[in-house]
Amino acid sequence: MEASTRPKKTIKTIAKSKTAMPEQDPAVRARNWSEVTLGYTEDQALAEAARCIQCKKPGCIAGCPVAINIPGFIRAIEDRDFHKAYDIVAADNVLPAICGRVCPQETQCEALCIVGNKLDPVGIGRLERFVGDLALRNGWSLAGPARHNGHKAAMIGSGPASITCAVDLARAGVEVTIYEALHTAGGVLKYGIPEFRLPKKLIDRELEALKGLGVRVVTNAVIGRLYTIPQLMQEMGYETAFIGVGAGYPNLMGIPGEGLNGIFSANEYLTRVNLMRAYQHPQTDTPTGMGKKVAVIGAGNTAMDACRVSIRMGAENVYCVYRRTKKESPARAEEVQHAEEEGVKFNWLTTPVRILGDERGWVRAMECIRMELGEPDASGRARPVPVPGSEFLFEVDTIVYAIGTSANPLLAHTTPGLKLNQRGYIDVSPETQMTSIPGVFAGGDIVTGGATVILAMGAGRKAAHAMLQYMGIEATAEPAHHAKG
Amino acid sequence: MFKIVKREQFSPVTYLWKLEAPDIAKAARPGHFVIVRHGDGGERVPLTIADFDRAAGTITLVIQAVGKTTTALMGLQEGEYLDDLAGPLGHARHFDQVKKVVCVGGGLGVAPTYPQLRQYKQNGAYTISIVGFRSKDLMFWIDRFQTESDELIIATDDGSTGVKGLVTGPLQEVLDRNPDIDEVLAIGPAIMMKACVAVTKPRNIKTIVSLNPIMVDGTGMCGGCRVTVGGKMAFACVDGPEFDGLQVDFDELLARAKRFDPAERESMRLLHERCHLPRQSS
Ligand SMILES: Cc1cc2nc3c(=O)[nH]c(=O)nc-3n(C[C@H](O)[C@H](O)[C@H](O)COP(=O)(O)OP(=O)(O)OC[C@H]3O[C@@H](n4cnc5c(N)ncnc54)[C@H](O)[C@@H]3O)c2cc1C
Ligand SMILES: Cc1cc2nc3c(=O)[nH]c(=O)nc-3n(C[C@H](O)[C@H](O)[C@H](O)COP(=O)(O)OP(=O)(O)OC[C@H]3O[C@@H](n4cnc5c(N)ncnc54)[C@H](O)[C@@H]3O)c2cc1C
Ligand code: SF4
Ligand code: SF4
Ligand code: FES
Repeated sequence: MEASTRPKKTIKTIAKSKTAMPEQDPAVRARNWSEVTLGYTEDQALAEAARCIQCKKPGCIAGCPVAINIPGFIRAIEDRDFHKAYDIVAADNVLPAICGRVCPQETQCEALCIVGNKLDPVGIGRLERFVGDLALRNGWSLAGPARHNGHKAAMIGSGPASITCAVDLARAGVEVTIYEALHTAGGVLKYGIPEFRLPKKLIDRELEALKGLGVRVVTNAVIGRLYTIPQLMQEMGYETAFIGVGAGYPNLMGIPGEGLNGIFSANEYLTRVNLMRAYQHPQTDTPTGMGKKVAVIGAGNTAMDACRVSIRMGAENVYCVYRRTKKESPARAEEVQHAEEEGVKFNWLTTPVRILGDERGWVRAMECIRMELGEPDASGRARPVPVPGSEFLFEVDTIVYAIGTSANPLLAHTTPGLKLNQRGYIDVSPETQMTSIPGVFAGGDIVTGGATVILAMGAGRKAAHAMLQYMGIEATAEPAHHAKG
Repeated sequence: MFKIVKREQFSPVTYLWKLEAPDIAKAARPGHFVIVRHGDGGERVPLTIADFDRAAGTITLVIQAVGKTTTALMGLQEGEYLDDLAGPLGHARHFDQVKKVVCVGGGLGVAPTYPQLRQYKQNGAYTISIVGFRSKDLMFWIDRFQTESDELIIATDDGSTGVKGLVTGPLQEVLDRNPDIDEVLAIGPAIMMKACVAVTKPRNIKTIVSLNPIMVDGTGMCGGCRVTVGGKMAFACVDGPEFDGLQVDFDELLARAKRFDPAERESMRLLHERCHLPRQSS
């Protein structure tokens, strides 16, 4: 259909609200591990695509860290050319089914959607998921690999940053090997984000596609211990390497009582449940060792996941404890809402100061203090300050810390010359993602600190371009419809 | 997939595996451990590298069946394959120049003590070994210890051979006799290491222990292996597993080892149930 023959859409002619996302009923889903949101049907996708007014100067693209040609793929959906829609998205984002589910769209692409100035923004993430799911179901895959050109690159870690980097390099003909420390690839997508939010089979299919591109995945390979980076580069023949090891080193608060039983980092708790499938214990062998009254400290995405996992694990009471208010919560709005619907109780402006145990060494209660908001701090958010004398006891038997992670020092310790910044993350050139070691690049959470899937992917892609240049390879031509915002 | 090239049964609950893992063998040093995992839904279990042979490309593990996973793994035979093996993990031991050292291994801890004893010997130290077992028929590797030790004392709980009683008796006696001991290494159950430290602490003798908290990933990602050493929190898998025994909070370690007990018992019950059921096939 020629653009000129289309009826002109304006903000006045389109549906006012976003096409609702079909979801499992909260009472039902709180008892199962199936996906909460069910995804748009074709009709729903067409209805939502019709809400995009195809702006001449779209705001959305600038809001997307990988600058997907959003109006382009939405138009292809309207035209029912779903394969084309997928090709447009995949040119910039190799994991659309995943990003469509977990991207914080409301602060990115959708935040800058022109329609959003007056009405609900266009449901860009939901449409992206629709396209990504269709592609997985129909086996549409990325353009095949060019012939191997004799160049070799190693990826360290197998999260979204490494996956993206690997795809771009493999498409350009580089022989890529991914080394992953755990027994399964996928990074946080596998061990952190729960099944009901991101089904594991999606990630497995993406990883299969990766192997289809000729990428080799080696699990159980802890770089820094099994092989060091100097070994990879000197003995094992890799011209370049990309470090995408994430920032999984859990923080605790350092308050008295943290050695008691029943206290977990969110990483431990979620890994037990998601990666080791503790929700099927004793059919599987890894237990959670949790109780019935769970307090989750923090209010980011990780905290919401820990809360909602606890509900599904059969906890009687699940409390989210956060020192600021709902407004400052770093979690996606949708996650907080889902958690509320599922019965999580929120204790805003509260922080623990001490954990009390019973005579067997188990958590019995948490002493908390009330907070109030003061002046904004360095992050621009109001600084929480304790209200003197407001201490109170909170009876819980399980505490999950979801207060962020730091850089894991393992790799840095075993890589002479790798420069870190003051916070312990890897220092890179902002243009190329190259570290202080020539030929060694880095990106994702290990550079930025805990961030998002799409930012990690963006970094992986930027590094891939620079790595190709470093090896003296021309990047394959970008698709013609590719329009960078 | 990692091939079990050799398997030995030391006792009804103790067995040895030699695994084909050339890259791990190449990188392994005394003090390192690995994580093994097997089968759909299998747990990740840390095990010390009890020996390694770079030329043959193998590592040796000595395993005691204490629960579901270690019992189920006992069923894997020579020639079969283990699904997952990650390592080497942890800090390799840093050996100071010492003239005279006591190496105490208790029960299964005898195995991980061995590569360190050998290293001490190679570094030219005078080595006194104390190995403790519950009884004579649980003993293993006495010959290996004999080769690397200038003095070897065997203790058994039931007195079926050697000195009757725990390893702490001989340890006390050795320290009394040798005022010039530079260092004590103690590896075994937490309760044994705690008892050894109770002997060495009043004399202020440097004591190295290898802690065995419950682990998941073994890479520093989960914090489940945290221990308190010198009043500070440490992750045993990346900061250890070896620590200054005089600084370790053993009571916390002992309490934390019980945190999954009810669930582990449930796993074990299920395993027994399955094993006693009439087999459908084979
Ligand atoms: C519970 C949770 C929920 C989240 N929810 C969201 C969300 O809804 N939306 C969103 O956008 N973001 C979310 N995030 C953040 C997002 O998952 C991360 O920003 C992203 O995964 C970072 O990707 P990465 O590639 O840098 O590393 P990771 O995904 O962390 O992967 C790193 C991989 O490297 C491996 N590794 C580490 N060290 C080594 C080594 N030495 N050798 C070999 N391999 C190694 C690790 O085992 C891991 O598999 C969430 C994070 C968590 C923890
Ligand atoms: C660094 C390190 C080195 C070790 N080396 C050896 C070794 O060389 N040989 C050997 O036989 N054992 C070793 N262990 C102990 C071994 O890991 C446990 O016996 C094993 O995990 C028990 O698993 P299970 O399912 O059979 O028993 P479970 O039923 O799970 O537990 C039985 C008991 O074992 C302990 N345990 C349970 N899970 C773990 C875990 N993931 N990590 C540590 N301890 C656990 C608990 O205290 C529990 O009470 C080591 C442990 C560590 C941390
Ligand atoms: S990748 Fe994320 S930010 Fe970009 S368009 Fe998709 S949902 Fe929006
Ligand atoms: S800004 Fe909104 S309406 Fe405009 S092109 Fe982008 S998605 Fe469509
Ligand atoms: S085992 Fe997870 S941090 Fe040590």
